[in-house]
Amino acid sequence: MRGELHYDAVVIGAGTAGLVAGVRLAEGGARVCVLSKGVGSTHLAPGTIDVLGYGPGRVSSPGAALEEFAAAHPEHPYALLGADAVAEAVRWFGECVAAGPLAGYRYVGGLEHNVLLPTAVGALRPSALVPETMAAGDASSALGHVCLVGTRALRDFHASLCASNLARAGVTARSVEVEIETDRADQNALGLSRQFDDPAWRAAFAARLALKLQADERVGLPAMLGIRDPHGVWSDLEHRLGRPVFEIPTLPPSVPGMRVYEILRSALRRAGGRLVLGAEVVSAERSGSRVVSVATRSAGHDARYAAPWFVLAAGGFGSGAIELDSRWATHERVFGLPLQGVPAVDQPRFVGDYLAEQPMARVGVAVDSQLRATGAENVLVAGAALPGAVPWREGSGEGIALASGSHAAQMVLAGAGAPAGAAA
Amino acid sequence: MSAEAAGVGGVLEELMRGSLDHCVKCTICETQCPVSNVSPLFPGPKYAGPQSERYRVAGEPSVDHSVDYCSGCGICSMSCPQGVKIAEINSQARNKLKQQKGFPLRDRIITRPTWLGRAGGGPVAPLANLTIDFKPFRIIGEKVLKVHRDAPAPEFARRRFSRWFKDHPSPATGRRIVYFHGCGTEYYEPWEGEKVVAILEHNGFEVVVPKQDCCGLPLQSSGLFDDARKVVLRLARALVPYVRDDPNTIIVGNATSCTLMLKREAREILSLEDDPDLKLVSERTYDICELLLEMNDRGELKTDFKPVNEHIFYHAPCQQQGHWIGKPALELFALIPGLEVTEGNARCCGIAGTYGLKVEKYDIAMAVGADLFGQVRESGAAEVACDSETCRWQISHATGSKAVHPIDYLHRAYGL
Repeated sequence: MRGELHYDAVVIGAGTAGLVAGVRLAEGGARVCVLSKGVGSTHLAPGTIDVLGYGPGRVSSPGAALEEFAAAHPEHPYALLGADAVAEAVRWFGECVAAGPLAGYRYVGGLEHNVLLPTAVGALRPSALVPETMAAGDASSALGHVCLVGTRALRDFHASLCASNLARAGVTARSVEVEIETDRADQNALGLSRQFDDPAWRAAFAARLALKLQADERVGLPAMLGIRDPHGVWSDLEHRLGRPVFEIPTLPPSVPGMRVYEILRSALRRAGGRLVLGAEVVSAERSGSRVVSVATRSAGHDARYAAPWFVLAAGGFGSGAIELDSRWATHERVFGLPLQGVPAVDQPRFVGDYLAEQPMARVGVAVDSQLRATGAENVLVAGAALPGAVPWREGSGEGIALASGSHAAQMVLAGAGAPAGAAA
Repeated sequence: MSAEAAGVGGVLEELMRGSLDHCVKCTICETQCPVSNVSPLFPGPKYAGPQSERYRVAGEPSVDHSVDYCSGCGICSMSCPQGVKIAEINSQARNKLKQQKGFPLRDRIITRPTWLGRAGGGPVAPLANLTIDFKPFRIIGEKVLKVHRDAPAPEFARRRFSRWFKDHPSPATGRRIVYFHGCGTEYYEPWEGEKVVAILEHNGFEVVVPKQDCCGLPLQSSGLFDDARKVVLRLARALVPYVRDDPNTIIVGNATSCTLMLKREAREILSLEDDPDLKLVSERTYDICELLLEMNDRGELKTDFKPVNEHIFYHAPCQQQGHWIGKPALELFALIPGLEVTEGNARCCGIAGTYGLKVEKYDIAMAVGADLFGQVRESGAAEVACDSETCRWQISHATGSKAVHPIDYLHRAYGL
């Protein structure tokens, strides 16, 4: 029988919610271990902090709209967390980025005002806090002339498509193509971002691009401006081109998302927290209404992690942490916790309009007002595992992840509501 | 036993292959793959794995030869959020491809560390080391054997570890532990084994060293599955008598890739899930840092550490990561007063066992490792700690920095 490792808290999931919970627990002095089946959702997300984009009309000030939104959606995580908690978590994230391993890289904005950033297909998307490298693409006020830059080397971004759709949205936009020599047909934004990290290569690229620009244009590029030194790459390009430059999030792999992962991973490590990848939770030991330990798959045997508190941040349907099986039954796959928001047996599971709100959209782990899982009093739920939200329609995913991850950490650190005998 | 064996192993292989249906094309594995990020010759784990596998049909020619450029590091499987067994699928595809293309003589030689060690180790070591350092000989080796002339080649030790242990009486404490030292310790770095023994004895263990041989990992990673099965099962048979009748006895190793082979890779990749001896050995085997961390958690690890006032760089090798236990070495370093550790975040040194020795792969391996080598140089650290011997040799080869196993610092801190 293998031994087990003991922590003050074990976090399950290494997406934004799980990493934020882990970092804040470790920074608060807790011995914390983050377990994850694989690399989390950061690598797939645009890297912006979307707090509230639509409620359902487009929101211009998420800070001002949050309370009304929460009141209208009493089961939404924002209603349980409160607007102040969201604001605190967003502020903390900005500071975490600034103190992080990517020199000079920072986020700009806040809850006062949503910026409108172009997507890769030229739609405008509201977001609260965004990388400085994207900020010059904000179309919430007059943007002037924009030149979208594409390259045949990157098949995931089509500048002319982006430009024509932006033009339909009222932005004066055109597109140019710049040749990038590449030795592979399947180059992605990550591969190109490494080339941008190289100052000599970057200088040559800027020189080629400068020839194609008109005097008063700002420049939009797919988000590939460096993985090691994005601030250096972006400011160097602005300097060389003598104009504002902005990144546009691409299809996965998302370079700005990978930067978020690296910032949070590094903060976790710096604060003394552990991260174990490849560690899928395969079983949990319970004592009454408490989870005592979890077992993860490791080589040759299962490894056990025991703690007085667990943070469940494994995601929802997207990550597979919540599943709808072939018999149309839903399950939470880590602890087998009860779910909330599942349509009744005789009700439709899907509606025909793909982009409309789907009946399953608000399914999540049933929680009390403190985000404790129903039936497991020492399990706190964070991120996409929470019920009551439709993040992809609301533009609220990162706001929920940051605020609920932070909340879980604060609950553990305060020992709040800890039953007798549960050491924190 | 053939790869198409029936029974649990065969079912497991089918389940592993079936995991490709869980691939949602999220590209996370492609962000992590050390090889495809530096070389267009390998299009990446997603392409060579779950995508190509659909077109691989038993008995028909392999559709994709690029899978030979996969180094088998396993980072893709560890990173996959959907549980797709990418590296395992690729290993089996590589085996089938090489069965069709044939195995070069080189792959039959460099995958046999025991043959090499017996030929070059011990009393003839000085002479053997001369030939390793002798450039004309290496050029001939490159032309004839396709082993790159600049590839890192460790020096043979003058004395094998097992000879040293024969003259080393381990105090009979009754807390027996089986030490699996692996070929690297036996023929090249016997001092690492001596330190493992000293640390275990300091913590009250009576160390037993069974007569043992290679784990078969080099053969497996070169696609020589049938030979690898014979070799790993021979090792399992040698180790199992020590653990079979005593539920408290465990096996510990410092060669992290070899312990991973015993724990998981032989069972999964070589479809040996049916073998009861291997299963028992697998369940009882520990990586040395994994064991020491668990002991510390239980309050059983002696912590009479003296300060080690040094700045070191730590690289967790891919195969250590493949244990899916995080990086226990970092937690152990934190117990040592004065030790300053810079944790690298590069993925791989490139060597992947024997991959970077091969003439057609040497440049790729050096390109894979470039990120790590740069981080080592920039860190200003005096030494590099790394759990795998082939990775240490590669790092030293590329950076000139001394590279040692993490337990070296525990050994120093204990003042042993």
